Amino acid sequence: MNFRFSDEQRMIFDTASAFLAEVSDSAATRTAMASADGFDLGLWQRLCNEMFWQGLLIPEDEGGLELGYVEMVGVLEKAGERLLTAPLYSTVLATTLLLRMPPSPARSALLERILAGELVAVAHTSGDRDWRIGGITAHETPDGVVLSGYSRFVSFGHSAQVLLCLAHDSQQQLNLYAVERDAAGLCCERLPTMDQTRAMAQATLNDVSVAPSACLGTGVQQIAADVLNVARILTAADQVGGAQAALDISIDYVKERQQFGRTIASYQAIKHKAADMMTKVEGARSLLYYAACIADEWRTGYADSATVAEAASMVSASAGEAYFFNAGTGIQLHGGVGITEEYDIQLYFKRARATESYLGTPADHREHIASLLLDGE
Amino acid sequence: MELRFTEADELFRAEVASWLEANLCGEFEKIRYRGGPGDEHHFVEERKAWEQRLAEGGWTCIGWPEAWGGRGASIEQQVIFNEEYARAGGPGRVGHIGETLTGPTLLAFGTDAQKSRYLPGIRAGQELWCQGYSEPGAGSDLSAVRTRAEFDEASQRWRINGQKVWTSLAHESQFVFVLARTNPNEKAHKGLGFFLVPMDQPGITIRPIPQLTGTSEFNEVFFDDAYCDASDIVGEPGDGWKVAMGLLGFERGVSTLGQQMLFQTELDEIVRIAKENGAAQDPALRQRIAEAHIGLRTLRYNSLRMLSDNADDGSLSRESMIYKLAWSSWHRNLGKLAMDVLGPDAEFLEAAPYELSKLQSLFLFTRADTIYGGTNQIQRNIIAERALGMPREPRGEAR
Repeated sequence: MNFRFSDEQRMIFDTASAFLAEVSDSAATRTAMASADGFDLGLWQRLCNEMFWQGLLIPEDEGGLELGYVEMVGVLEKAGERLLTAPLYSTVLATTLLLRMPPSPARSALLERILAGELVAVAHTSGDRDWRIGGITAHETPDGVVLSGYSRFVSFGHSAQVLLCLAHDSQQQLNLYAVERDAAGLCCERLPTMDQTRAMAQATLNDVSVAPSACLGTGVQQIAADVLNVARILTAADQVGGAQAALDISIDYVKERQQFGRTIASYQAIKHKAADMMTKVEGARSLLYYAACIADEWRTGYADSATVAEAASMVSASAGEAYFFNAGTGIQLHGGVGITEEYDIQLYFKRARATESYLGTPADHREHIASLLLDGE
Repeated sequence: MELRFTEADELFRAEVASWLEANLCGEFEKIRYRGGPGDEHHFVEERKAWEQRLAEGGWTCIGWPEAWGGRGASIEQQVIFNEEYARAGGPGRVGHIGETLTGPTLLAFGTDAQKSRYLPGIRAGQELWCQGYSEPGAGSDLSAVRTRAEFDEASQRWRINGQKVWTSLAHESQFVFVLARTNPNEKAHKGLGFFLVPMDQPGITIRPIPQLTGTSEFNEVFFDDAYCDASDIVGEPGDGWKVAMGLLGFERGVSTLGQQMLFQTELDEIVRIAKENGAAQDPALRQRIAEAHIGLRTLRYNSLRMLSDNADDGSLSRESMIYKLAWSSWHRNLGKLAMDVLGPDAEFLEAAPYELSKLQSLFLFTRADTIYGGTNQIQRNIIAERALGMPREPRGEAR
């Protein structure tokens, strides 16, 4: 039993911190989020070339680093701290999904393109309240398979060269298809969102024909469900990082701010809020590291779907609430300047809200846990 | 990052489990799951006998060095022992203050004579200890203790006068360690001494404190010309604060996972009742039950991080600082959840005049959890000042 990072892992995270401090400061985030595609392509290319995070999970024989989710989660936590405004999460999600598909030349080709820094996005839901997988249907026609429907919350879909579409066929079986961005009938546009640091697109497919080789896997319902649970864990990493940063910048502020003749950080009313923020984020972080270990056990075949689902629900409920609590309390600790555009706490607040409901609210996750504990028998 | 214990540790686990299975039965069957917080007044004689049974099996003080009768057990092994002990329903340990507080304090600060005199009695489960820290005027501000210790030249002994409070197991203990003022002209944490005082003497009076539960785990202890030998001071006069604070640092969290096993049995009981009485269908209660489950798992991984990070250096990690606040708040909420799951029936006692059910006792006694050992407010100050580096609030004049 050892619940701490190895020296190598610490090195990866320290390097990530240093790199992000340089390339993802407040000004960089604000520039990226205001751009048409919601990220800076130059920064993404640097990230791919210098950090190689897009290859972190990819097996060595496919040209990647073959590290695990513990490392990935640690990097995403650092990215969350810095409000990284780049298609890292979308790339990790696509990679996670691809790696669960049976090996094929098409899969290898896609992994190779990810390694080269191309963007691959995942279309998995129309974005209804229960985040059901679906929204796209696959019709078999004499000329091959044709995809129709729409998908929302396609992270960085508008910039992706390839869209991985989870689509139900006429037998209600879920399959995965790769669709090139220039395919006839595909339209993928960025949707304006309250949180501008995580660009989201809507993909609309009108009778998009796909070649047989573009079908990467069939009957992937359980795999997709597992992958989305891993996605929840990856999102929680961003939330824990953000919750930590919201605490840190609030502490910095209250230490500076003087009222009634002393720094407001010396008042218990402020200190106790800060202590609650720390307690929340540390608790969420503890669950996050557990969940990351479970994701790795799932990756290597030691954890089943149910274990991943439970871990994902626990950490999503905890990290989602911690982030929103810390960002909201952070605004309060900032006082009036907390609601200005100038201070970054509002950016964390918006990302906290967006990630809290993404792939299920904390209440949804608790209901899932409740069903495990209370229903049946 | 490794969630699993090693094979050697698992063998150790099996050894602990099989010893407990072979011994925690027969005459001891009735004390399983008894004598924990809020229940410490029950089965005291049986639990004293159990303490000695543990000692015979070599299961007291396992973290102590072998030279003093311990096993020199690793942190992992201590965690495993505590987990298995809790899993088997091991009763509340009457010897825990001696084993976890007095012993490590003497090992760190005591003289060889003190170690030889006191450690074997603790190790054998024969001599029980209680704690003389808090006073009516020194609660959160422990350094305000006013109990006096003067060196009596005539008898060549320390003479102690004053009052301690919230002393559990006082009437069962042979010794008390006492934080007392050796220099009345010095204030706050200066001029204090740390004394080892026998309880059985005319100068000591114990008065139980009736609590909201109708029971009395806690006592007041009055010192009216109580004495201990010249050699029964740990460190020098004036070192008391250093020794007392060192003692608080010995709680490395090895018992936290065992504590959580008890919490799990409480939560399991609440889940069982909810399924039985229909509370499991109530959406609001479902949310709270799930929250309790997630909270308990959070405590577990907080502890694992704390134990992993505390392993090399003596300093407390950030996780250690949040632990008390986190578990006490969780446990207090669990007590209320238990009442809400029981619904209207929560109000009825097991029997007159005031016999509480286990869950009623949990509900009432957990109000103490967020107070003793540093209130939640003090814990938040500690977190803010030590972990977050926020400045101390200006303080009043020490008395």
